[in-house]
Amino acid sequence: MTDTVEPPVIKPPAGEPSPLTRKDFVSDQEVRWCPGCGDYAILAQMQKILAEIGVPREQTVFVSGIGCSSRFPYYMDTYGIHSIHGRAPTLATGIKAVNPDLTVWVITGDGDGLSIGGNHLLHCMRRNVDVKVILFNNRVYGLTKGQYSPTSLPGHRTKSTPMGSIDYPLNPISVAIGAEATFVARTQDTNTKHLQETLRRAAAHRGTAFVEIFQNCVVYNPTAWDHTTDSSVRDDNIVYLEEGKPLVFGRDSDKGIRVNGMIPEVIDVDSNGAANEGLAVHQESLDNSSYAYMLSRMQHPEFPLPFGVLRCVDRPAYTDMLVDQVQQSIDSSDADLNALLHSSDTWVVE
Amino acid sequence: MAEPPASDSSAINTEMARLMDSVVVRFSGDSGDGMQLTGDQFTNTSAVLGNDISTFPDFPAEIRAPAGTLAGLSGFQVNLAASDIYTAGDAPQVLVAMNPAALAANLSDLEPGGVVIVNEDAFTRNNLRKAGFESSPLDDESYLQGYEVHRVPLTSMTRAALDDLDELSNQQKDLCKNAFALGLAFWLFDRPMETTLAFYQEKFAKRPQVVKANTRALKAGYAYGETTEAFQSRMSVPTRTDDVPPGTYRRITGNEAVVLGLVTAAQKANKTLFYGSYPITPASPILEGLAALKRFDVRTFQAEDEIAAIGSVIGASFAGALSVTASSGPGVSLKSEGINLAIVMELPLVVVDVQRGGPSTGLPTKTEQADLLSVLYGRNGESPIPVIAAATAAECFDMAIEACRIAIRHMTPIFLLTDGYLANSSEPWLLPDLELIEPIEVEHRTDPNGYQPYLRDEATLARPWVLPGTPGLEHRVGGLGKQDVTGNVSYDPQDNEHMIKTRAEKVARVADYLPPLEVNGPDQGDLLIIGWGGTYGAIRAAVEHSQSEGRSVASCHLRHLNPLPKDLGKILSRYRQVLVPELNMGQLSMLLQARYPVRVVGLNKVQGQPFRIREIVSKINDILT
Repeated sequence: MTDTVEPPVIKPPAGEPSPLTRKDFVSDQEVRWCPGCGDYAILAQMQKILAEIGVPREQTVFVSGIGCSSRFPYYMDTYGIHSIHGRAPTLATGIKAVNPDLTVWVITGDGDGLSIGGNHLLHCMRRNVDVKVILFNNRVYGLTKGQYSPTSLPGHRTKSTPMGSIDYPLNPISVAIGAEATFVARTQDTNTKHLQETLRRAAAHRGTAFVEIFQNCVVYNPTAWDHTTDSSVRDDNIVYLEEGKPLVFGRDSDKGIRVNGMIPEVIDVDSNGAANEGLAVHQESLDNSSYAYMLSRMQHPEFPLPFGVLRCVDRPAYTDMLVDQVQQSIDSSDADLNALLHSSDTWVVE
Repeated sequence: MAEPPASDSSAINTEMARLMDSVVVRFSGDSGDGMQLTGDQFTNTSAVLGNDISTFPDFPAEIRAPAGTLAGLSGFQVNLAASDIYTAGDAPQVLVAMNPAALAANLSDLEPGGVVIVNEDAFTRNNLRKAGFESSPLDDESYLQGYEVHRVPLTSMTRAALDDLDELSNQQKDLCKNAFALGLAFWLFDRPMETTLAFYQEKFAKRPQVVKANTRALKAGYAYGETTEAFQSRMSVPTRTDDVPPGTYRRITGNEAVVLGLVTAAQKANKTLFYGSYPITPASPILEGLAALKRFDVRTFQAEDEIAAIGSVIGASFAGALSVTASSGPGVSLKSEGINLAIVMELPLVVVDVQRGGPSTGLPTKTEQADLLSVLYGRNGESPIPVIAAATAAECFDMAIEACRIAIRHMTPIFLLTDGYLANSSEPWLLPDLELIEPIEVEHRTDPNGYQPYLRDEATLARPWVLPGTPGLEHRVGGLGKQDVTGNVSYDPQDNEHMIKTRAEKVARVADYLPPLEVNGPDQGDLLIIGWGGTYGAIRAAVEHSQSEGRSVASCHLRHLNPLPKDLGKILSRYRQVLVPELNMGQLSMLLQARYPVRVVGLNKVQGQPFRIREIVSKINDILT
């Protein structure tokens, strides 16, 4: 990494240092991803940040669907469910509705989360269920050996698209913003520090925290993210979002994003700040999601890809409200089962 | 018409009341005419008065199909009796028809000599056309020959009774014509109006003018019966004098009983009740019923689809709640993959299948019993699951508790089968003494010493139910093939076969906990009728009828369909012939013939309607002659 662009640094929460270490979160199962798979890095950083945050292992549940990424729960020494294809958000919702004190992570992929499980992901986000959804996007189906996915680019040639894909791809963060997610972020498997910080931010959010991780499938789509990983070009292709800071990017921090009407445009900026008027300043907590959506639409190669937290707003979590309603009812009325049975016209036979 | 009767006419009419052991009344009208409410009120009053009652509503899938058409008819049949009855009756003796379509659709069901009350005002040219009449059947003596027909101008008399209620539109006034009809029915059957008057006060508490209008229409209908001499006599069904178990009774439908049973089970297990489901006819009232019971720590989740519903329930079970979903055929199909995950994760949960006419969307508001084989075998791989079925509306309460008990004791998902008939029909329910219902024992292991996720109980083979949040017992479970005891992912051929056999054995051992079967009738003889589910009433009534004619017939009703009770084989062997009536093409018949050395005769019907008693009697006669 060059020293010109530093991702934002978020400090761990204050308080007693966590007694846990990464090893506490490593299960006894042999990890079986392909050598070089981006999943290893994500697993390692997840184990590291959970230890740092200090959430007890027994209070943590990982739920996944089906796919390479969905093996993740087996490798975490926490509670976990490896469920069925696309359905992880539904199980996570049930878990949180019963025990809102648990920290629940959903691990999914571009196929699991956006294709077969698209409906559940959509509804999980609009309800603002208090779960962290980590979507590993490698733009291909790995476990089924290389078919195109709902995020594969047009023209992508795979065994199921020998003449190139004619599907128009989904952009996961646009979907999340459109579905009213209250926390939407993007990061990269190999961008260690940024990945850690993004996961930490997600962990701290109450409500659905949606994180897209650009993840490299070394076997079926190894060049998918070259533009964001190759050190010779990546700084020109990523704009790091920092709250209250102007949207500046480039190896020499010489470019920025200006919003002209509703449309973003790339402009040259003066590193002294003299010519920086009109630069967009990042605000992740805007109630109106139009700005976040606009950012999400910035696509390679016309624009740098936004990395970091696009949107972070407060809205009550569904599962908290569900439990609140139940508690209110318990507190305000007498739960007499016998009276309930008699709550209809009755008659007595002597 | 004769002179209006003198003021003491009601006394005279009461003297003339015809006493009947039982009577079957059917109300039929447009789905917007309030027929279900009318039938409900008539039934409640009769039940409170001390009749045995059994009801059967029959309504279209469309909420408001075009008014006046056959497609838009909604019907409610009630059987009132002075002694024990088991069904809503084969054929009505009294028909209240609110329009020509109601007359056209129901007249052929009416018993010869039966009473027909029609809303004369609704026999307009337009309505006649919609019902397929070229001219008014009321003017056609041959059409109505053999029936006692009463032409009552319900609409205009209702309007006249509400004439001075200026705050109501004519349309609103016309909605009260069902109250007028109900009042007339109350008079005709010598029933008091108090229960319904109190109901209006409560239901329309925020709209006093609606209370006033309905009250007035009801009383006007009653007074109409009293003051005209149109009716030759009143009918009265005396209070039951047969041996009715003492206690407090209420009327209950199958869906209501499921709701109360689930809440009771949760209390008996000292558990949160989590209910995740997606609206579907005829199961939705369970969701609505439970959503109103949050004070019992009931957490309802209306999921985005059927798959999300079963997923949420699996998650809730993993987290430690008593977890339940319900649906009907199409929704149960969608839940299949999730149910298999629960089978492999060996988590307790209940799936209620309120069966309806299929396949595909089929007949959403009609009844059928055709999901038996699909819940047993309609999933991929070897996926054993206990299946139980309720026999009556009231029994849905007990069976809901039984389902929860089996699920938790054996750490397994379980199916509770009901059907559209049980769900919506009602009968008296002797309220249980809650103290006498055994607690549901739940154990959540907290000891990490020697813990393994699939360590099994010696008697049941159930695995431990460990809740997330328990330190030291962190574990992962999923749908992949696994090794027993450790639960580790395993593709080993021996592990796979061992797990499949173990899960099957675990479900088979549910039979160790079943009570002996009850046989109604001689313990050996010419014919045994085996039934399951909502056909109980019709079978029981048919068998008792045949027994009274001296036939050697017994019946045995199965509540547990998987595993089957251990004593079933012996019982089957004691009769020369076996008859299995089912509202499907022979699903239990197939199971019985596969499992036991027995040939069975099927009586099968797939018309969306329950069995009539006489259909079964007739089959018994065919077999035994």
